[in-house]
Amino acid sequence: MSGTNRINLTLKVWRQKAGKSKGNLAEYQAKEISTDMSFLEMLDVVNEYLTLKGEEPIAFDHDCREGICGMCGAVINGRPHGQEKGTTLCQLHMRHFKDGETVFIEPFKAKAFKNIKDLIVDRTAFDKIIQSGGFISANTGGAQDANAILISQKNADLAMDAAACIGCGACVAACPNASAMLFVSAKVSHLTLLPQGKPEAAARVTAMVNTMDDLGFGNCSNERECEAECPKEISIANIARLNREFIKAGFFKS
Amino acid sequence: MKLNSKIPSGPLSEKWDKHKFELKLVNPANKRKFTVIVVGTGLAGGSAAASLAELGYNVKNFCIQDSPRRAHSIAAQGGINAAKNYANDGDSIRRLFYDTIKGGDFRAREGNVYRLAQISNNIIDQCVAQGVPFARDYGGLLANRSFGGAQVSRTFYARGQTGQQLLLGAYSALSRQIGSGKVKMFARREMLDLVTENNRAVGIIVRNLINGDIEMHAGDAVVLCTGGYGNVFFLSTNAMGSNVTAAYRAYKKGALFANPCFTQIHPTCIPVHGDYQSKLTLMSESLRNDGRVWAPKDRGDKRRPDQIPEAERDYYLERRYPSFGNLVPRDVASRNAKAQCDKGKGVGETGLAVYLDFRDAIKRDSKEVIEKKYGNLFAMYEKITADDPYQTPMMIYPAVHYTMGGLWVDYNLMSAIDGLFVLGEANFSDHGANRLGASALMQGLADGYFVIPYTIGGYLAGVTPDKTPASAQIFTDAAKKCSERTKRLLSIQGKKTVDDFHKRLGLILWEYCGMSRNEQGLIKAKDMIAELREEFYQNVLVPGIDKDLNQSLERAGRVADFLEFGELMVTDALNRKESCGGHFNEAFQTEEGEALRDDENFCYAAAWEFTGEGKEPTLCKEPFEFENVKLTQRSYK
Repeated sequence: MSGTNRINLTLKVWRQKAGKSKGNLAEYQAKEISTDMSFLEMLDVVNEYLTLKGEEPIAFDHDCREGICGMCGAVINGRPHGQEKGTTLCQLHMRHFKDGETVFIEPFKAKAFKNIKDLIVDRTAFDKIIQSGGFISANTGGAQDANAILISQKNADLAMDAAACIGCGACVAACPNASAMLFVSAKVSHLTLLPQGKPEAAARVTAMVNTMDDLGFGNCSNERECEAECPKEISIANIARLNREFIKAGFFKS
Repeated sequence: MKLNSKIPSGPLSEKWDKHKFELKLVNPANKRKFTVIVVGTGLAGGSAAASLAELGYNVKNFCIQDSPRRAHSIAAQGGINAAKNYANDGDSIRRLFYDTIKGGDFRAREGNVYRLAQISNNIIDQCVAQGVPFARDYGGLLANRSFGGAQVSRTFYARGQTGQQLLLGAYSALSRQIGSGKVKMFARREMLDLVTENNRAVGIIVRNLINGDIEMHAGDAVVLCTGGYGNVFFLSTNAMGSNVTAAYRAYKKGALFANPCFTQIHPTCIPVHGDYQSKLTLMSESLRNDGRVWAPKDRGDKRRPDQIPEAERDYYLERRYPSFGNLVPRDVASRNAKAQCDKGKGVGETGLAVYLDFRDAIKRDSKEVIEKKYGNLFAMYEKITADDPYQTPMMIYPAVHYTMGGLWVDYNLMSAIDGLFVLGEANFSDHGANRLGASALMQGLADGYFVIPYTIGGYLAGVTPDKTPASAQIFTDAAKKCSERTKRLLSIQGKKTVDDFHKRLGLILWEYCGMSRNEQGLIKAKDMIAELREEFYQNVLVPGIDKDLNQSLERAGRVADFLEFGELMVTDALNRKESCGGHFNEAFQTEEGEALRDDENFCYAAAWEFTGEGKEPTLCKEPFEFENVKLTQRSYK
């Protein structure tokens, strides 16, 4: 922990009451913020201040605060999870901000992510996509020995790269079309790269892509914003694989 | 209350098979008539909900997060144990069983632990079938690494994100059942109470966290998979939302709380660095495979680590425990770190840290090899501290991590309330007084995939389906009490925030009921908690209203329960006049400062029974009987 400093910031935070379709940017001062704090700890400090002043604190989603649960996320100065590459909002530290800076904090915005309150949005659309086919149908019990099927280290690694997705929704928030292609492609890639996922590959990709479309996510037009903002640095090579799998599935449709 | 553990008779290795055969079955047509409520979607809850739905039961599944994929099991890093012996290094079911019993300092049931070791192998098979991308060797076989408290390599892993991958496996199985309609998912719901009728669980009361509605849900059995209570300390490696409320409410309805003082302080966490801090971050125990723990030999040595020559470094774990070295169990590693710091040999600004050094491993194996194994952990460390662990040693200090205590359950994982089952970290059953690394994932999935699907049938076979619907008066009464509690918290309108109280509670417990305890301190802590609780109900400030998304109100309810539960922890610690595992009572230690058990007087699970508001709980003892292992002074030398 080298070089701790204190900074002051002006925050412009999106406030939206539950059930209301409109909100506005409110201005708050964040004073004496330690540069060792995480962004969410900075918001905690502001919320304590608001509470004691008799105002309602800013509602924001968060849970693990170690960058893995995917629950947190907001658009900071126009960028989902802020400017640091490969970083969730909870792992963004205040040492990346300058004293006196104005920071804009807004929720993820997309047709398929309805606002619930302030910075909290509804991302259940992601769950619905997984429910439509993002799994391998293997009931509990009866699995053969784990080493019975060999998986090349390369494929296991590629599958793991894709499986690292935390389902936070930053890819959708970053995309000008609010597309969920990176999210869907990560799951399709993870399962298709493994021999266990092959039998259902065609049905899976068809169902997931159709559900994605039905839920109001846009299409991919190769902007690459998703890859740039993904806190787990999921590659858009997965989108290419998704497209291949989708076309292939079309050929074998009965 | 007399406790019956229902451990089957017969030889250890045949107990589970025998029991499975003796359990009654529910036929497929009848399974459809039963509704099972599962609270929590972590490894235990997610796997239980999915597996029960696959069997044909109707499942209602609840979680406090926005999606079942976010439960805190997701943050487990290092790995999951199994007795596969793929490494050909002498592992077996019996060895995993023995290591777990010994690691738990002989305070767990033989029968449960043996079953856990037996099932461990099925878990790996099941996870691979689901597509969990475990690490593999060049030939395509599964890779293993070692963890603390074991001399074999039995830990399966998916980089430093094993919990994430296992949870996503369970989540995908669960999602499949939600899609098929067999599981009805209720996200953003918090369980506020258990509904019982004649000591039988018949449903739960939850608060809808989006709009504040109090909802009533009936079920023929309730399965609690709500995790541990480490957040009672405020600062812990738990997620911010992790809490004791569901378990504590069940305790107040008649379930017993066992061994609440058994808390695990994990040795390798990023040290505390400010009073604004909201949580502590764990650095996986797997790092101790290659990292060497040390402190300067001299007190108050303020030199940079690279300026301290080899001869002036004390690799105290390697020195004191030559056979296990840096891989001693967590409780031992934590106490040793504390001892170094207490002697004034701690490093960093606060003096409350020791080094975890990868210099030698990088020299031996190359930076690339180390990066492949631990890349994401090193990156996380650098993000938080702005120090590069490839260049300079990590600074680590122990932090509250896991709770071995939990609701008392029998061999069927059923609590003292009929039809209330408790799985995973929320129960007390398998880890004794100290859990070994990579065993929490194993237990959560064992309970959910392979134990509850059998044992719940044994219970439901004797129950009439849908006997008490949610329209019954007991539900309305319970819901009314929940709303009154919520309204009370909002009405206080005092001058201090919820976090203010939570932090003060945490400091009391860390000081007096943390890594090291003594009678005087515990007595003091008990009074301090009672005072703090009184102050809370006079001076807490909870903004907003109940019929809204109100995160302050959510936290207030949890802290209110922590303020009662904290006292129960202290009561339990006071009762246990011995040292074992995570419970280190200063009056009971060997000459070398190791934990000294008292098997004659304390070889039992302390299960506490609620007797009424403001009254002392009653202690119920379940003696541990060891027929297959010899109780010894735990030694890792």
